[in-house]
Amino acid sequence: MAALDRPVSKPPRPVYLNLLAIRLPLPGIISILHRVSGVLLFVAGIPLLLCAVQASLASPESYAELRATLTQPLAKVALLALAWAYIHHFLAGVRHLVLDLDIGTELAAARRSSAVVFVLAILLTVLVAIRLW
Amino acid sequence: MVTPTNTNVVGAHYGLRDWLSQRITAVVMMLYTILLLGIVLWHGGVDYASWKALWAGNAFRLATFLFMASLLWHAWVGMRNVLMDYVKPVGVRLALQGLVIALLIAYVGWTIQVIWFPGAM
Repeated sequence: MAALDRPVSKPPRPVYLNLLAIRLPLPGIISILHRVSGVLLFVAGIPLLLCAVQASLASPESYAELRATLTQPLAKVALLALAWAYIHHFLAGVRHLVLDLDIGTELAAARRSSAVVFVLAILLTVLVAIRLW
Repeated sequence: MVTPTNTNVVGAHYGLRDWLSQRITAVVMMLYTILLLGIVLWHGGVDYASWKALWAGNAFRLATFLFMASLLWHAWVGMRNVLMDYVKPVGVRLALQGLVIALLIAYVGWTIQVIWFPGAM
């Protein structure tokens, strides 16, 4: 009920939002990367996914064309960036679901799981890179 | 009696529903991802014929549609949250949210086309 008792005119609160000066804790970094990867997947991931699946199914020619496109270095880098975004978003999502079950909500455990998400996402992305090159 | 306040309430009724739908759609996508990855790895990669055969099955098509519906719904909740947090001018935010909705609805149509009519370009 505290919210209802709040005075209508609040005193101005200090705003300190210099992004270069804020030192985010590890769970904070994982959280903002969850957002960054999510936006990346919306902006580029969904349309490219639809394009790729359509090309892969339309005809044998378009399938071969897609495979040829994906051998080009620039396409590989783009695919790798999206793979990282998907893997990171996936793992950070699993972490969220586990936290919702009230598991690992203590500070030390939350920091540890953030590190696991961060490192595991990079390791799996490296696996994708090895597969690509 | 409820005291009228000056709080800027963006929405009081969709919080729990969005929280829940974001998690249900996430679990659906995780299961589908593991399924598809499992199928591809099980066959040791795919060629055009086996890939095409996989997508001809009705169960797989429906599972894919369920995945895409979850993805697009999940994307809406996520993008709306991001826009609410970072885009403060109401007009710009509404325009961007409208753009996201329009894109997502277009993607639903594109998804149906890709799953059921892949030859029709």
